[in-house]
Amino acid sequence: MKFKGGIHPQYNKGTAAAPVEEMPLGGRYVVPLAQHLGAPGKPIVAKGDVVGRGQPLSEPGGFVSVAVHAPTSGKVKAIKELPHPLGLDMTAVEIEPDGEDAWWEGVQPKGDWRGMDPADIRDALREAGLVGMGGATFPTHVKLSPPKDKPIDTFILNGAECEPYLTSDHRVMLEQPREVMEGVGLFMKVLGVKKAHVGVEANKADALEALKAACPPDLDVDFALLEVKYPQGSEKQLIYALTGRTVPAGGLPMDVGCLVQNVGTAVAAYEAVAKGWPLIQRVTTVTGAAISQPKNLRLRVGTPLGDVIAFCGGLTEDVAKVVYGGPMMGIAQFSLDVPIIKGTSGVLCLPDAEVVQYVADACIRCGACVDACPMGLLPSTLGVLCERDRWEDLEDYNVLDCIECGSCAFCCPAYRPLVQLIKRGKAELRRIQKKRQQGAA
Amino acid sequence: MSMEQDKTGAEGGGPAGGAPPPSPPEKPAAPAKAEPPRAPRLVVSTSPHVHRDEDVPRIMRSVVYALVPGILVGLWFFGLVALQVYAIAVAGCMLLEWAFQRMLGRPNTLGDWSAVVTGLLLAMNLPAGSPWWMVVVGCLAAVVLGKGIYGGLGYNPFNPALVARVVLLISFPVQMTTWPAQGGPLTVDATTAATPLGAIREALSLGQTVPQAMAGMDVPLWKLLVGMRSGCLGEVSVVALLLGGLFLLRKGHIKWQVPLGFIATVFLFTGVAWLADPAHYANPLYHTFSGVLFLGAFFMATDMVTSPVTRKGMFIFAVGCGLITVIIRLWGGYPEGVSFAILLMNAATPLIDRYTKPRVFGAKRKLYEEAKAA
Repeated sequence: MKFKGGIHPQYNKGTAAAPVEEMPLGGRYVVPLAQHLGAPGKPIVAKGDVVGRGQPLSEPGGFVSVAVHAPTSGKVKAIKELPHPLGLDMTAVEIEPDGEDAWWEGVQPKGDWRGMDPADIRDALREAGLVGMGGATFPTHVKLSPPKDKPIDTFILNGAECEPYLTSDHRVMLEQPREVMEGVGLFMKVLGVKKAHVGVEANKADALEALKAACPPDLDVDFALLEVKYPQGSEKQLIYALTGRTVPAGGLPMDVGCLVQNVGTAVAAYEAVAKGWPLIQRVTTVTGAAISQPKNLRLRVGTPLGDVIAFCGGLTEDVAKVVYGGPMMGIAQFSLDVPIIKGTSGVLCLPDAEVVQYVADACIRCGACVDACPMGLLPSTLGVLCERDRWEDLEDYNVLDCIECGSCAFCCPAYRPLVQLIKRGKAELRRIQKKRQQGAA
Repeated sequence: MSMEQDKTGAEGGGPAGGAPPPSPPEKPAAPAKAEPPRAPRLVVSTSPHVHRDEDVPRIMRSVVYALVPGILVGLWFFGLVALQVYAIAVAGCMLLEWAFQRMLGRPNTLGDWSAVVTGLLLAMNLPAGSPWWMVVVGCLAAVVLGKGIYGGLGYNPFNPALVARVVLLISFPVQMTTWPAQGGPLTVDATTAATPLGAIREALSLGQTVPQAMAGMDVPLWKLLVGMRSGCLGEVSVVALLLGGLFLLRKGHIKWQVPLGFIATVFLFTGVAWLADPAHYANPLYHTFSGVLFLGAFFMATDMVTSPVTRKGMFIFAVGCGLITVIIRLWGGYPEGVSFAILLMNAATPLIDRYTKPRVFGAKRKLYEEAKAA
């Protein structure tokens, strides 16, 4: 099945053939307490404490929250406000490594998921601080706890990696197909589902073959090559492409019995159970024309961005933008002092010549954004309404269904900052809706 | 109005949240040479960070290229008199656009090429022998009345070139319906000849039938296709216009829903009338290939600013254009109705947009149970 809309940006997946390299241990790690959607954790270590690799540094701040863990053994140097990739300073634990990289004694294998109770697996994932590693960083154990009235019958592994430049998922699928498929099995076990789909964009057919070959015989999995089109990896579009089911507007995948997890998350989940490893490392693509040596790296969560860039030979003189994630939805960084966090799928370094500078014009109503919007919205109209502060009218135009994929702004010939306008509009509308609710209550 | 700057130098400290403050688009300072580039000046902006290779001037230039075949054929058949109309129209539109923007203290918008497109379309909608002063009035009507007073490109509800044409048609009916005969490339001063649609209407008003009228005209179908007939400067050659139109279709700047919907509606509607009463209604091929229909359907009804944004809306818009055109041609006061039809449908565009909102993904759930069963 093909979803409506979408775009074909330049893919620039130059690092697809570069094997994942392990980045050597550095001299400093910064682990923010908030690396997931939901409440930040509370620190449970103090300045001067000695911690082992994988030792929890915080406890979850609620159900929709997870702990963070020490990326290596060493001493807690400080717990203070430090630059965070989301753009503000946030509380983080700074660790001075002792160079031993010794595991904390609490890191122990949890067993074979095949013989475990689903609830125990879920607890193990929570303990490991697992979040969705595609970028949204939603706590995995929460996603795996659907309410009783929303039975899940289909598990979906998202190997689309539709963001240009990024190749981390591609490499993981090629290099760790067994771990990926074991992760799939583990998720199926937790959810009690019999059927899984694996979707990979057609430009990564080798990855799909690798996964197929590594699939344990006891799993019922459909493997599908997907059309190469952005945003193929967007949850709703992916579910539609693989199963033909349409997640209702405003709804979640569980409304159509589906649950989607990213490739990296599957590996992390498997390792969390089979080896007891908490989520302290991930594969990240460091790429773009403004980095000297583009690489796929296995990085400890908390590695300062500056160290990563130095390991890749440094930035070129004409660097103008450094983005966490891909070019379509990634977050532009204001400083190289921010750390790699659990959701950092890529570090994209763009030179001045590739950074789009513009003065936006009036909408010429060409309709390119309307054709491109995978959600069936009218981005042109939404943009104009936002510009004129007509927040309440946005409701009629279903602004809250926008997934902020950026397809509209990508193709707008007037260079209108549609995503920026719409993000603001969504926030304003939510505020109004909240006020309305409070008024009614 | 909207001025968004992507380029924002933010050094170390980070933005205070919300939209980044605009700053002059200066180059990021080169990192200090002694130490490794610890703190390069980084641009911070909302995603997406890449953009399609397309902008408004490029689209407008494509329209200009697409108009070239029609212009050339017109020049060939009507001769040098036509060149004068083109020159005055294009220069006039550009000059007035520049002057008007300057007068209002607004940025110079000549770079978006829309004034050139308007000038060309205006000239194409005028008789070859239009006096210079009338063309100038047309430019004024197009650039100021049709676009400028609404706030410029993007805000105009009506197609500027058509606003000008209608202003001129109402103001100077004689000059606007005096059609020089085609005298070849070197024509400077031509005799006049009626347009095919005008001749038919004339004959009908004298009590003749359509077949009688057509017998008196030497305009077989092939001449209509090539453009060997009297009419507006840019409307005559169906083949040349079609060539340009296909180019724009291929480029994706116009959508097939508009020209096809428009032309098919005219063909079908006039076809029904002709079948019902061939003595009083010309055959549909004549209606389709004469007059300004191809120019209108491919280059004016497709104007992005003044037509709907969705495919469904475009089709409704086009069918509306076709219906109004035929009603005017068959029963209205003018032999040609394309301009009025497009302008009237321009007015209906906001309404059409309102009622053709696309279905939001997942809005009317394609039933989960159904999909599961399938």
